[in-house]
Amino acid sequence: MTGTETHGGGVRPELLRIEGITKAYPGVVANSDVSFAIGEGEIHALLGENGAGKSTMVKMIYGLIRPDSGQMTLRGAAYQPGKPAEARRLGVAMVFQHFSLFEALNVAENVALGMENPPQMRELSARIRAVSEEYGLPLDPSRMVGDLSAGERQRVEIIRCLLQDPKLLIMDEPTSVLTPQEVEILFKTLRQLSSEGTAILYISHKLEEIRSLCDAATILRRGKVVATCTPRERTAREMAELMVGATLKTPERRVAEKGEVALGVSDLSAASPIPFGTSLKGISFTVAKGEVLGIAGVAGNGQDELLLALSGELKAAPDKVRVASHAVGDLGPVERRKAGLVAAPEDRYGHAAAPDMSLVENAFLTAGVRKGLVRNGFVDWAETRRFAEEIIAAYDVRTPGPDVAARALSGGNLQKFLMGRELMQGASVIVINQPTWGVDAAAAASIRQSILDRAGEGAAVVVISQDLDELLEVSDSFAVLNEGRLTKPRPTEGLTMDQIGLMMGGAHGMEVAHHVG
Amino acid sequence: MDFGGINPIILIATLMASAVPILLAALGETVVERSGVLNLGVEGMMIIGALGGFVVAVATGSPFLGFVGGAVAGAALSLIFALLTQVFLANQVATGLALTLFGLGVSSLGGQGYNGIKPPRTGPLLPDALADLPVVGPILFGHDWVVYFSIAMTAVLWWVLKASRVGLIIRAVGESHEAAHALGYKVNRIRLMCIAFGGAMAGMGGAYVSLARVPQWVDGITNGQGWIALAIVVFASWRPWRVMIGAYLFGGITVLQLNLQAAGSQFPVWLLPTLALLALAGDIILREINGKNYSDLRKVFYFFATVNALQLLYLSWGKWIPMPVDYLSMSPYLITILVLVIMSAGRRGTANGAPASLGQNFHASR
Repeated sequence: MTGTETHGGGVRPELLRIEGITKAYPGVVANSDVSFAIGEGEIHALLGENGAGKSTMVKMIYGLIRPDSGQMTLRGAAYQPGKPAEARRLGVAMVFQHFSLFEALNVAENVALGMENPPQMRELSARIRAVSEEYGLPLDPSRMVGDLSAGERQRVEIIRCLLQDPKLLIMDEPTSVLTPQEVEILFKTLRQLSSEGTAILYISHKLEEIRSLCDAATILRRGKVVATCTPRERTAREMAELMVGATLKTPERRVAEKGEVALGVSDLSAASPIPFGTSLKGISFTVAKGEVLGIAGVAGNGQDELLLALSGELKAAPDKVRVASHAVGDLGPVERRKAGLVAAPEDRYGHAAAPDMSLVENAFLTAGVRKGLVRNGFVDWAETRRFAEEIIAAYDVRTPGPDVAARALSGGNLQKFLMGRELMQGASVIVINQPTWGVDAAAAASIRQSILDRAGEGAAVVVISQDLDELLEVSDSFAVLNEGRLTKPRPTEGLTMDQIGLMMGGAHGMEVAHHVG
Repeated sequence: MDFGGINPIILIATLMASAVPILLAALGETVVERSGVLNLGVEGMMIIGALGGFVVAVATGSPFLGFVGGAVAGAALSLIFALLTQVFLANQVATGLALTLFGLGVSSLGGQGYNGIKPPRTGPLLPDALADLPVVGPILFGHDWVVYFSIAMTAVLWWVLKASRVGLIIRAVGESHEAAHALGYKVNRIRLMCIAFGGAMAGMGGAYVSLARVPQWVDGITNGQGWIALAIVVFASWRPWRVMIGAYLFGGITVLQLNLQAAGSQFPVWLLPTLALLALAGDIILREINGKNYSDLRKVFYFFATVNALQLLYLSWGKWIPMPVDYLSMSPYLITILVLVIMSAGRRGTANGAPASLGQNFHASR
């Protein structure tokens, strides 16, 4: 039996070997001749940018899709799962990034749905309690998942996997929704699992985390393995450049004079219009001309609601929201755009863009007012098309042309287009939720650069994001949304991760439960 | 023991039978919608079931085979809907509406030549000795087997949806088809089976109309009951027992108003000011319990409202007017929906929510 080398130099027995896996979709090769191996109890990172083929790879291991060619071997035996149930039976479990929990069902029901032969509900609840205490992940089996925080939801997924004694646990971007403290607790759990012999395939593009957690890493770029390395022996920058295949530019900040207040929000409270949403409670802040305010927080703490309240989709009393000296609190989105406030929501398909309409039409939808694209009550299509083409050129949007439906663009490309659409309207206040979500590193850097450029030109920018590194990079002041409340903004300079973690409310109810060890 | 020419025991016994078509169809649609599919073709499936059941029963002479035939016919029609929406991903609303029109047309065509024929009778299930017992006899023991079947189905579906694995999977698929797919459930196959089940139930409900309620073949025999079934499912918050309450309420008021029409009933005008006085008293009592204050405007309102109501009560005391037939005819629809709305009001969030994926087609992209 072959083996992989551990960090300590010993040899682990091999658990899973991937050899020459290829998977092609019409027009793209998602994976091409990918080979790597995972040892028993090894924490193995799968690294790569969006679209590098990580997700396709793990979906094949989990039996959701079949490879076109190549083989997989699990503990020496051929492994070809035809469906997830088969993979689960053979000891492969997966914690998903999105889309695998049912909000209107309770924790125990959610867990039962991911199991092959679940026991009676009462027995299952008892086992959920037992396992959750053993691994320091407290959970009440009878609670509705829709009422849980993002970190708690992830615990549901992890416990669902652990109840089946997996040999290999696949984790797809598990930390993107957690506070730093919750990440620490998750890592403790993962290390405990690893020491008990469970191998973990860990997908992420957070390189510092991988350096602290993983024994080995396989780096994918455009569907091919470009390198394997021991993360502890490399710097994050080295790994990032392996992922991107180019040297990275750090955005540069042009220091602007802080001007007068451009956006003022005072004591804004609003009930959430979203099912399972978080109401806003007494939000107050100001942003000066040329300032970037970064708002951090774990998903579901009021980010979407704050964006709605700022964009004008959620109205308030007039003087709750002010753009320069205009009270705009009771105005809708169009009037607020006229007053100089543009907003870019997080959800690309359906909120920020109309997916089935062309890029030209989508460009008109928010820019019509500020760019003067309406003449005598008619849309000036020639001018609108010029604007769309301008965005496509300036933001390197890869599309066959401006008449393509928004839906046809990949998430990252559409995001670039939508960011460009808001940033190029010459607004005095720009509000963005998750500017670089799902965008690859190079494009993310260019979006951040243009945010900084707009601020340099004197715009006030509010960036809501769950990526702390991004916020620390672009923002002048920093605040945290926690259960619908906003902390007092503080200067970003000099903030430590620990302080930020505490601002984010620490780890939700977990300090007590996790045995210090 | 009659009230205005209406015997309450016979009324209850009749409403149980008259609610069967709507109950069966609504229970089937509950399962369909819980799996995330909105099939608006209930009326079409019912009438196809009514014709299918009638034809089979007349041909074989067996009412039981007639009900089987109705269920098969309804399921067959629903499979057209399943094919269009689950395989070809057609819009569910449009397809469902088309299904109703199609069903009405086909049944009208296929029913030519069946007018005026009497189908074999579906007799009571239990021996007459039991049905002859006073009070409980007609209510509990005097029915044909389909009535008991519909009640049993309510209990079974309640248990299946609440506590069984199959029910959990159906709810999961209706709640988030993405998540269900990620866990390895065959979303479209599960939905297809639910649609077929819903079709069979609707078809059986239709067969009950043509074989037991009417019983003969008439064009458009289901007379909009499929639409009521659809409304009941929504207002019953997708729960089998509430569906049953809704169906019985509708059936009961339908029977009652028919009786009232036959009796040429009179409307007690004095009831209106009495109700107004009761409402005022109720409001004051609630305010006292909750410890709320009375604004001056409210006090003025109380004063004038009370004076007016008393005056009207004095003027109308003991007065009856003939009840307009139109009001009676619309009362089942109005009262059923009113009651179910009140039942489903005041509860927010998951407890009352529609299946989150309702009406959305699923296609596994990658």
